[in-house]
Amino acid sequence: MASRAVAVSAALAVAGLTLGPVIAVLIRAGGWGVLGPGDLQALRFTLVQALLSAAVSVALAVPVARALARRRFRGRGALVALMGAPFILPVIVAVLGLIAVFGQNGVVNVVLRGVGAPELSIYGLHGVVLAHVFFNLPLAVRLLLQGWLAIPAERFRLAASLGLTPWATLRTLEAPMLLRIAPGAFAVICVICLSSFAVALTLGGGPRATTVELAIYQAVRFDFDLGRAALLSVIQLALALGAGLFALKLGTGGGLGSGLDRMQQRWDGQGALHRAIDAAWIGLAALFLLLPLGMVVLKGLAGLVLLGASTWHAAGNSIAVALASTVLCTLWALPLSTRRGELLGLAGIALSPLVLGTGLFLILRPFVNPLTLALPVTVVVNALVSLPFALRILRPEAEAVRADYARLALALGLTPLAWVRMVLLPRLRRPLGFAAGLTAALSMGDLGVIALFADPDRATLPLQVYRLMGAYRMEAASGAALLLLLLSFAAFWIFDRGGRVNADA
Amino acid sequence: MLTLEAVEFETGRFRLAADFAVAAGRRVAVVGPSGAGKSTLLDLVAGFRMPASGRVLWQGRDITHDPPNRRPIAMLFQENNMFPHLDLVRNLGLALRPDGGALRRKELGAVETALTRVGLAGMEDRRPGALSGGQQSRAALARVLLQARPVIALDEPFAALGPALKREMLTLVRDVAQDLGALVLLVSHDPGDARGFAQDTVLVADGTAQPPVETEALFSDPPDALRAYLGT
Repeated sequence: MASRAVAVSAALAVAGLTLGPVIAVLIRAGGWGVLGPGDLQALRFTLVQALLSAAVSVALAVPVARALARRRFRGRGALVALMGAPFILPVIVAVLGLIAVFGQNGVVNVVLRGVGAPELSIYGLHGVVLAHVFFNLPLAVRLLLQGWLAIPAERFRLAASLGLTPWATLRTLEAPMLLRIAPGAFAVICVICLSSFAVALTLGGGPRATTVELAIYQAVRFDFDLGRAALLSVIQLALALGAGLFALKLGTGGGLGSGLDRMQQRWDGQGALHRAIDAAWIGLAALFLLLPLGMVVLKGLAGLVLLGASTWHAAGNSIAVALASTVLCTLWALPLSTRRGELLGLAGIALSPLVLGTGLFLILRPFVNPLTLALPVTVVVNALVSLPFALRILRPEAEAVRADYARLALALGLTPLAWVRMVLLPRLRRPLGFAAGLTAALSMGDLGVIALFADPDRATLPLQVYRLMGAYRMEAASGAALLLLLLSFAAFWIFDRGGRVNADA
Repeated sequence: MLTLEAVEFETGRFRLAADFAVAAGRRVAVVGPSGAGKSTLLDLVAGFRMPASGRVLWQGRDITHDPPNRRPIAMLFQENNMFPHLDLVRNLGLALRPDGGALRRKELGAVETALTRVGLAGMEDRRPGALSGGQQSRAALARVLLQARPVIALDEPFAALGPALKREMLTLVRDVAQDLGALVLLVSHDPGDARGFAQDTVLVADGTAQPPVETEALFSDPPDALRAYLGT
């Protein structure tokens, strides 16, 4: 059957592109002797920052999610939606925003200086953790909120009729849920932070704040020690695989889920004190998320006029890369939207962009100068990295379409092309639009493999922002960051919207 | 003549055997307790399941290994008989153009004629969601008219309709089948359907689809298996 051949070739392409780089780094990896003391320190730092970031994110998420679960207020839906935004927010944009708030001349330090308190530094371990919390606190909140809303309303009604105190409600209803959900959330965030590259690149660095991912980049770009880069890639791979399997075992919801804007009737915690505490947590969380973004917009507006030709050129590259990886990811995701396909795609989640990039670098180098392929490689890696998310979104719906209409199509003898064109694509418009939007935004904002491959002639917009920052042209960097923010959100909005318009059942 | 020649089907602990023939143009009900294999029997005829052994023949031609759309059979399922995102013209058009291509003028005319025949004239642009349950069934029957196959297999497509509407649909099925000169296989759990509609009845029970018997004769002197099912 033709559609089967398509599925098999898509599976082979994805498997080849994930296994190929892995085999390449395994073959090329030098002996343990090539590792310096700095590399061991990088391993240690990677673990420490990941554990810390996850712990802080989950700990802070508990009161925030609790407050969101039991308070009804104007803008609650918008705030919950905002909690999903960091997923498509380019890391480099968030970093610029955080620097504007917590950096040397940031809002916080200006205040601290005013009252004579010691200043904060955003660089090093706490900067890295801060940025990771910025990205993962919202994810943790969404995961926990899902848990809270999954507690049957009848339980809260029963608790109210028994007159349980807030403390007793926490112990009998909420704590068991937290014990079930929080470890999974912790593990997922740990896995995400283990592969941190862009944050470490911008806020870390130096011998004391380098992640393994960053060490790979430095080994390739600065030392050109490919044996060491490959060995570090193997270490990173083992780290991510181990943590990933552990997280998979603990299991959580997707965090992409919808339905978080519904509300439960609650009777507990209606006292003035509890209301004030909840309001404070919600306010602080909103401020923590919105202030950096607001600063990016504010500072970026002034910088927009400073954008040079090279920035516009980089923006063009980014748009092209985002569109190409969206098309590629969709072409893979459609035939692979089965249970087995999703498992295959999941392999991509354990492979960090830098490991994939290093592997592809090693594979390409005997044949071409890898740097000339910077953009195509970025397209492929971004598509691979987005594939697990796309499959997560598409698979349930695609399987439902097959279950409902495969027999009818068979009875009518629809050609495979007619099935795809007239049934599958129209039925999958909404999830397809959503998945394509996520892929486009992720790819637009990605600062990973491009840093490994880029030469001065070939930059994407995130890399251009990083270069402007490195040249201390902060105004221009802010302008470029605002442009990147607009492009990423626009890419998401256009695709997602395209899937919704006129998509009536 | 539709022939099931020593057909045996097996999956897990479920077994179904059938060995009989039905003359072309007859109206045949398939009755029996749920889970006995009524739908499986239709699937074997329509090609959605393969027998472990035996042959399925139409007018003496072996169709055992033909895919569903190459068989002389038009089938209606319990649900999902229409694509909800396509209007009636496009839904019905797929019966004539399975590659999804644009309809020629003649084909468009055929679609309109079929819709008129089932009482849905002027509803070409409607989507199934904008139709009532009865109208959706009519639209599906209009497609059966377009498919113009000599066998019509109905797997309880009217189960969700009320009694009056169901009788109306069965009358329409009879008219459509007469237009086409088609053999009808109607699965139903309602003995009333069999008596009101079918000349012959196939009883499916205890792992066997029994040869068709004249409906009135069967119900006036039911065998034990049917008696157990009817609770009489």
